[in-house]
Amino acid sequence: MNRLMPRTLLTPAVLAIAIISIVPLLITLSYAFVKFSLLAPGEHAFHALENFHFFFSDGAFLPALQNTFVLMFSVMFITVLCGAALALLINEAFPGRTIVRIMLISPFLIMPAVNALMWKNMLLNPIYGLFAQVSHLFGLTPVDWLSQYPLLSIIMMVSWQWLPFACLIFMTALQSMDREQLEAAGMDGANYGQKLRYLYIPHLGRAVSVVLMIEMIFLLSVFAEIFTTTGGGPGFETTTITFMIYQQALQSYDIGAASAGALFAVLLANIAAFFLMRVIGRNLAK
Amino acid sequence: MKRLVVGAVCAGLVCAGNAAFGATELVIATVNNGHMIEMQKLGKFFEQANPDIKLKWVTLEEGVLRQRMTTDIATKGGQFDLMTIGIYETPIWAKRGWLLPVKPDAAYDIDDLLPTIREGLSQNGVLYAAPFYGESSMIMYRADLVKKAGTSIPDRPTWDYLRDVAAKIHDPAKGVYGICLRGKPGWGDNMALVTTMANSYGGQLFDMKWQPQFTSKPWKDAVTMYVDLMKRYGPPGSSSNSFNEVLAMFNEGKCGIWIDATIAASFISDPKQSKVADKVAFAQSPAAGSERGANWLWSWALAIPKSSKHPDAAQKFINWSTSKEYVKLVAKEAGWANVPTGTRKSTYANPEFIKVAKFAAAEGAAIATADPRKPTLKPSPYVGVQYAAIPEFQTIGVAAGQQITSALLGKSTVDQALSMAQQAAEREMRKAGYYK
Repeated sequence: MNRLMPRTLLTPAVLAIAIISIVPLLITLSYAFVKFSLLAPGEHAFHALENFHFFFSDGAFLPALQNTFVLMFSVMFITVLCGAALALLINEAFPGRTIVRIMLISPFLIMPAVNALMWKNMLLNPIYGLFAQVSHLFGLTPVDWLSQYPLLSIIMMVSWQWLPFACLIFMTALQSMDREQLEAAGMDGANYGQKLRYLYIPHLGRAVSVVLMIEMIFLLSVFAEIFTTTGGGPGFETTTITFMIYQQALQSYDIGAASAGALFAVLLANIAAFFLMRVIGRNLAK
Repeated sequence: MKRLVVGAVCAGLVCAGNAAFGATELVIATVNNGHMIEMQKLGKFFEQANPDIKLKWVTLEEGVLRQRMTTDIATKGGQFDLMTIGIYETPIWAKRGWLLPVKPDAAYDIDDLLPTIREGLSQNGVLYAAPFYGESSMIMYRADLVKKAGTSIPDRPTWDYLRDVAAKIHDPAKGVYGICLRGKPGWGDNMALVTTMANSYGGQLFDMKWQPQFTSKPWKDAVTMYVDLMKRYGPPGSSSNSFNEVLAMFNEGKCGIWIDATIAASFISDPKQSKVADKVAFAQSPAAGSERGANWLWSWALAIPKSSKHPDAAQKFINWSTSKEYVKLVAKEAGWANVPTGTRKSTYANPEFIKVAKFAAAEGAAIATADPRKPTLKPSPYVGVQYAAIPEFQTIGVAAGQQITSALLGKSTVDQALSMAQQAAEREMRKAGYYK
């Protein structure tokens, strides 16, 4: 009676979550194994592993895999490093700290598509953009960012957007540090570099793992920036696995191939998460 | 007293609500181009003439519109009563039975429609979408610069000749680029132009066995010429330029030659928009072995999906918005320079239109020579000049466009780009079951 009552009451909520998360996954699983194209109406014939073969034999697949990892790890690296630096910078109180904090957080609240368009039209444009104007100031020819360094441009945009997230997590982590320990270290003659190495960074370790885990999940599905600026090109330079899934689903209208790609992406995310958990688990246990 | 007032207001609202319920609401999905925006403004005339029909416009960007409409039609969503579709989708969807045939009323004069446009929008002789806008492509150039260089541009020059003219007028120090062309990847962006270039060298998209032809000699010659022209005499940043961007540059006087949609002629000749309005001249697109397919054919048309909830009201709207009277209405409200062109012979015969539109003759000639049923020098199994009216073409066009932009930027050679495009095209065709 004691165990039954809470479980019964929890059942509707658990059921709702299960339906919302498991049912689409099962449907995707079923679509991945049938021939399903919106442009060829008819019965969904069983297609075995054809969809997977089609997705993996795409000329874009290996470049997309590489681009996905490069994008993810570059953004994670930049946000963790700069986020930690910024958080340490604004850790001490100074006049206007509240406003600076709000300004530092705000890029995260911008919609990704708006972010991408702002970068594309106002900053990166080789004729009218801010970077071009600054280049002119120094007498250099402006760089056509989106054509010459497309992946780097995307990395810039996404890092700028995710930096506040990392910064926020690190800020709160730093706030929870033991003040007395810091003061004691100061009194024992530790300079800032030593405090950094022995106190700040170990404390931030946990926050870093949180940031990495969450960013890994969300950066795998970066789409809006690529779609609005380069459309996956030139060639395959900014095509990622997510973008390939979009291309299959909404350009080729091939739901089967897109589902196969989506399952692959899920697998990828799980493998990455598994390794990350192992690494972080070791850190946390220390 | 207060209750009486409240009661009266409620009764009034209910009556208003009822009146609205009585009206048929037509949901029209459309692109956000100038002519459709004009149509939305003039929609009130239609509503006045047909008080029981209300128009609801869903305006979207072209790519998004295509996706939404295709998804809606394929899943029988029934969201839209009328759709703005292109001459690319019409044969495909008509063959699938997704569209209702257009039922012209007595005053419509269906024979007034330009023959090539009408052909492209029909299936088995039945019109499935009524055109409200049509275009081809042609050369638009700065007559003053060409004359100053001591040369001229005739109709149908060869590409080598055009390159020489571009070389003579190319003057980046003074901010003038010899030739500006589309470079942005996309089947309706750079591929439209490059496909016509390949056609003009005697090429085609697919041979009679549906094998893609991207690695054939005409394609190699065309893309090599394209990359050469843009590298030597083109503006910087071409890889993100499509129609609107090059138009802005031409209007600023930065381009000597431009090959693009005939509708551009109306913008660059408009003194309100263009700094070089009185200095432009026109010529038919270049040809290097084939005049067939050297200029493209495109049309935006209104069609009724089979899943429409109000097909009769939709037919009425189609008849109104693509009729001769509508063209005259636009002329009255917005001037003859802004009427939708490329649809009816009567527009081109109208003296007032000819007076304001110096490009009318060139545009009419271009549209007349772009035959979607016989688009290339060698026989082709597909309909369409700069596209193939098969559903797989979209993916193939996008992939090929991306590769050509990559060649334009120098990130791959022309041969590499074309062989990647060929691979992607073969994959799609194989998956779609063309090679049994």
